[in-house]
This record gives sequence, structure tokens and C-alpha cells, in this order.
Amino acid sequence: MSDVALGLASITKRFGRTAALQSASLSARRGTVHALLGENGAGKTTLMRIAFGMLRPDAGTIRVNGDIKSFASPSEAIANGIAMVHQHFTLVPAMTVTENVALGGRGLFRPRQARSDLLALARRTDFAIDPDARVQDLPAGAQQRVEILKALSHEPRVLILDEPTAILTPMEAQELLNRARELVNGGGTAILITHKLRDALQFADDITVLRRGATVWTGRANEATEDALVSAMLGSEHAPTESPGNKVSPRDRTAGGETVMALRDVSVRDTLGVDRLKAVSMEVRGGEIVGVAAVEGNGQHELLRVLAGRIAATSGMVELPSSVGFIPEDRQRDALIPGLSLRDNVALAGAGTRRGMMDWTPIGGRTRALLENYDVRARHENVHASTLSGGNQQKLVVGREIEWSHAALVAENPSRGLDIQASAAVKDRIIDARNSGAAVVIYSSDLDEITSLADRVVVVFAGKVTECVNDYESIGRAMLGATMK
Amino acid sequence: MNQITAFIVDMLVHATPLIIAGLAVAIAFRAGIWNIGADGQFIAGATAAAWVGVSASAAIGWLALPLALVGGAIAGGIWAALAAWLRSRFGVLEVISTIMLNFIATYGASYLVRGPLQEPTHVFPQTSSIIGGAHMPILIGGTRLHWGFILALLLATVTWWVMKYSAIGFRIRASGMSPFAARSAGLINVPRVTSGAFIASGAIAGVAGAVEVCGVTFALYENISPGYGYTAIAVALLAGLNPLGVIGTGILFGALETAAGTMQRNAGIPATTASVIEAIVILAVIGIAQVRSRRSVSAT
Repeated sequence: MSDVALGLASITKRFGRTAALQSASLSARRGTVHALLGENGAGKTTLMRIAFGMLRPDAGTIRVNGDIKSFASPSEAIANGIAMVHQHFTLVPAMTVTENVALGGRGLFRPRQARSDLLALARRTDFAIDPDARVQDLPAGAQQRVEILKALSHEPRVLILDEPTAILTPMEAQELLNRARELVNGGGTAILITHKLRDALQFADDITVLRRGATVWTGRANEATEDALVSAMLGSEHAPTESPGNKVSPRDRTAGGETVMALRDVSVRDTLGVDRLKAVSMEVRGGEIVGVAAVEGNGQHELLRVLAGRIAATSGMVELPSSVGFIPEDRQRDALIPGLSLRDNVALAGAGTRRGMMDWTPIGGRTRALLENYDVRARHENVHASTLSGGNQQKLVVGREIEWSHAALVAENPSRGLDIQASAAVKDRIIDARNSGAAVVIYSSDLDEITSLADRVVVVFAGKVTECVNDYESIGRAMLGATMK
Repeated sequence: MNQITAFIVDMLVHATPLIIAGLAVAIAFRAGIWNIGADGQFIAGATAAAWVGVSASAAIGWLALPLALVGGAIAGGIWAALAAWLRSRFGVLEVISTIMLNFIATYGASYLVRGPLQEPTHVFPQTSSIIGGAHMPILIGGTRLHWGFILALLLATVTWWVMKYSAIGFRIRASGMSPFAARSAGLINVPRVTSGAFIASGAIAGVAGAVEVCGVTFALYENISPGYGYTAIAVALLAGLNPLGVIGTGILFGALETAAGTMQRNAGIPATTASVIEAIVILAVIGIAQVRSRRSVSAT
């Protein structure tokens, strides 16, 4: 029998025209913790979903204990001793812990049997849990334990953990990783998907690094250095591509004007009781673009919404102008009402505080001007927003938000999903807003976009905000929590 | 009076509560609130109007009528507010709570007309008659058609205008169509707007009940509503939730119910036939709407 518990060789997977994985490989040895590192969108989760039977590869082979396997579904993967703990909870909030763990089972559900099985499993693995608690009443750390117990209830030989420490406190994370270590000491294998260098270096035996869907580094953790891993993750050929929209070089500009948005010791706790932002202080001045860089789930979602006045801070002081334009990531859901006309969608900005009548005639005129000035291709202002292409929808949102607040603008992945032209147009408009004195905050998961647009860059890591030098590698390192050079 | 005039009068008398309750349902549905409780709110409004109309002193004269109508609105609003509170405080689905509140209203009214509010002789399960000052004036002399019908037309026009031209109406529509965008892009306090629309919906359904008492029955009976609040859902949906359309569909359903009685008397056709036709109309409308929405999706 081979000593590789799970071997993935030359896996390729395409979604439409984009290749998520290009001949990615990974060998997880029995009795080891294997860290899978990579930036956002490097293909880590896709690769593991293939191993877990959630996706089928276009090419490549999966071996379990040396035998070639092909999984049509997760239940086949589970039958072959593979279990996966997902990044986002897959628990039913209204059900008890016992019921949630038993959900994946087969045959009859015997509550008492399931409860005692769970207690035995919890004792064996040393995961403290109340089997009768409702999942919705548990804090995030305990929910994570339920997810892991659910995976362990299938007695897997290979346990895949997708960003298991992302929402945990440092102590909980430490605890969890120690548990993973104990698990492999019993002859199992754990694969840890992570973007945290420190977790990988401290806890893993082996490390595999993915970049743009390909395996770019693999080896023993004790032979790896932080520098080697960072340059593997970011690549060496990362000269920032010149954005077609970036006509004004940020460095030509004088320092910004007066402070428009300010946060002092702002903390945000979410409904699960997780501290998303921890005593953050920052300022944004008029006439500057502050780029926000972060790996998913580090608190940038909350930071942007506090700056945009869309959520309240749990504690701390927030100073904002009376209106802040906001371009959210999910425009279909949060920015537009597809079933309303373009005119009605333009009227949406400020609708919460409007009194009396809707002045439809002037609003119609403003909408027509906006369609013209922001190059929104639509037949007229009374067509439904759903009839517009994604690029035109986004141009409408950008125009509406800039026109609504000339003082401040917060944009979250504003060019995601747009073609090159629309994306350039959107960036042009954001730069124009900056040039006419607005304080602009822009978050993008594309680092090139940040380095090319921003006058200043801040990095959010684990709920804390730090100022960062505006170059690709420094930002990349800070995002991963690596020590500054 | 010839038969056709008699039919038209009856039809409009029947249509009046359906139009007003239909407006109530349309407002709630526009806000994304599935208020199935127009019937309970109707009964609550009818009960309050009857109580005002019976206990008011004759000395206040015609003032008794607006008092009874306002009383009906308040009672209907409170009945809806209970469900709105359960929804915002405990996340209770309004579909469930309003249906339950319908039963409570039906049997609560039953209890009242056999207990505290029963007429003095304690023979009939009904209240005493309301005083003359609380009567809805007759619109066409010699018929039963009362000013409540004009009130219904007025309410429909005002509702249409508010939904279309006022900031509040726009907030209601936006919140109903996309609570996420309403909150994020419109900075709309969605729970407040939807709760407000819910209570307004209940108040209007309460007015429908008050109009029925002041214009037609002049007392509170058991089963004062033969399911007006449920038929109102069909009225609102068939009108595409358009307040002006509700006038047309309300009259259509009024005609169906009037004709059902006439046909049963004159031709021996069971009155339930009308219910069957109503159901077929609703199914056809839902089916057509489905096909249309599929087409428009595939067209984009």
C-alpha cells in the first residue's frame, strides 16, 4: 500500500472559459497534516471539492491509498474515507447538535442512539459539545466544532478542513489545530486549506502552494521559509499591469484635502458574536483613493459597510458625511431592484429619508442625464433594470452613487464580472470622483486594481487595519499576515 | 325597479367590502407582507364599528358615522399590529399568525354577540341596531346602494396615488421587491416600512368591516363576513396588486356572488358554482402570470 492517503495528479477544471485548475497536484501522506496555501481564487477550494466528489475534474486522477477513484458525489467520497469541513457553515440552525451530526447518515434516525454515538465521538476526540443545544444558540467556535464532529462521525481517514480558523479566535484556532494534530497521530491525514502562512508553517508537515490553478511549490514545512512561500503564492512576474482607466498616476497627485471619513477605535461584532473589526482607526481625506486589501473574511466586508454608513459600529466613533455613495459587491441583490425601472432605481438613492412626494419628472430628467453621462446603454429610463447587461447595470449604480454623494464613495469589487471596457469605464468614473474632491475607498480582490488605483493602501488582517506601502509584494505579504520586511 | 338595476345595485353593494379589503391586501402584498388576515381585521373593524354605533349617544348625530369608521380602522390596525409585532419581535411568519388571528376574530365576535354585546332581549346572536347617525347615507334613493361604494372608489384612488407618487409608497414598493437593495442602496428602514404597511393594511380591512356594518347590516352578527377577507386576496391578485385595478376585480367578484344568489333562486343552480368560477379565474390568472414571467426571463 502506498503511503499517500490522498493523491491528486494533474487535475484540470474549467468553468466556462476560465480555467480554475490547470494540472494541479497534491499528495497527502498518511499520518501528516498537509497545508494547501494560495491567494484568493488560486483554486484551493476547487481542488478540494474535486477530492470530495462535489465537482468532477475535466482531467487528472484521484488516488485513495494508491487506487484510482472517481467520485460522482460526496457520499461516494465519504464511503472512501474522505470528509470535508466547509468554510461556510452547512448546519441547520434550528436543529440540535445531535440532529445536525446525524443529518448525513443513512437509514433510520434513532435519536437516543445518535446522541450516545455523538457523546462517544466527542469524548474520543476531546471535542466538548452539548448534544442537545440548538445550533443557532451556539457561538461560532462551537458551531465549527459541530461541523468537525459531523465530518468525523463518518470516521474518515482523510479530513479536509477549508479555512477552519478563519472565524475563530486565536485560542480557538490553536485548539482546533492541536486537535487536527492528534487526529493524524492516530494514523489519519488532515488537509488544511489556509491562506495564513503561520498556520501552515507551525502546524503542517507538508505544504503545497497553488497559484492560478497550478501547483507552484510543494515540500516539507521544515524546509520552507516564509519568503519562499510568499513568492510562490504571489509569483515573481507580478509587475502591475497598467490599468487602461488610470490616466492620472496616483503619485503625481498632491496629498489629499480635509478628512472626510474617520473611524476611531471602531469594533464590529457580528450576530454570531465574532469580532469582525477590532478597534480600527483610520481616516480618508477628500481627493484621495484609499485601497483596501484583504483576504476574504478578515473583516473588510464590515469595514466597508461601516465606512459607507450601512452598518453601525458595535463600539468606537464613526465620523461620516451626511451621505456616502456605496457600490456593493453584489449589485443584483444590494444595489439594484431588477424589477423596477431605471428611473425608480435612480430614485432609490436617498429614498429612506425623502419626505412627501416623489418628483418623478425631475428624477426622470436626472436619470436621462445619468444614462448619457455615464454611458449606460439603455433604450430609455423606463425599462426594467433587469434588461441591462451587467456592465451597464454597474455603470448605472456607479453614476447614481457618485451623483448622490459628491463627498464620499465606498466601492467593493466595483469591476468584478465586467468586461475590459466596462471595467475601465467604471474605474475612470471612480478616478473622476476622486479628482473632483471625493474621499474614495475601494476594495478589490484583484491586487493589480488596488495598486493601480490607490493613493494609499491599507490592509485588513484578522479584523485589524494597517497602513501598507503601495507595492504588490508588500500588500501581498501583509494580507497573509507575514512579518513586514 | 327593473331586474337589471336591482342586479347592478346588489353587485355594487357586494363589491364595496371586496374593493376595500382588496386594497388592504394589495398594500400588504406590495410591501412583501403576506397578510392572509384581512378577514380577521375586517371582523375586528366591524365589531368596533358596531360597538361605537350601538353605544354612541344619539345627541352626536351624524358624527357617529366617522367615529364608527375610525373605530373600525383602529381595531383592524391593532389586529394587524399583533401579527406585525409577532413578526418583528419573534420572527413568526405572518401567513400563520394572520390565519390564526382570523379564527380568534371570528369566534371572538361570536362570543361578543352572545355575551357582552348581545341585544337586550338576549334572543338573537347579534348586537342591537346602531343608531341612525351611524348609518351610511344611501346613494340612490329606493335602493340599498350606500355611500360606502363611493368611499371605496375614493380609497382606491388615494391608495393608487400614494403608492405611485409618494415617498412612502415608493419605500413600500422597494422594500417589498428587494429588502436588501432597499436597505443597502436606499437606506430604508425596511422593518419599519413593512410593519407600517402591514398595520395600514389592517386598518383599511377594518374600515371595510365598519362600512359593512354602517352601510348594510346595521348590527354585528355572527359570520358578518362570508369570507370577504379571503376573496379580497383573489381580488387583489387578479388586479395585479394595482389599487385602481382592484375596483374592477372587486366589482367582478361582487357580480359573481350576486349572480350566484340570483341563479340559485331563479334557476336552481347551486350558489357554490360561483365559488368554482372564482377559483378557476384565480388559477387561470396565476397560470398566465407564470407563463408570462417565464417568457420574459427567457427573453433576456
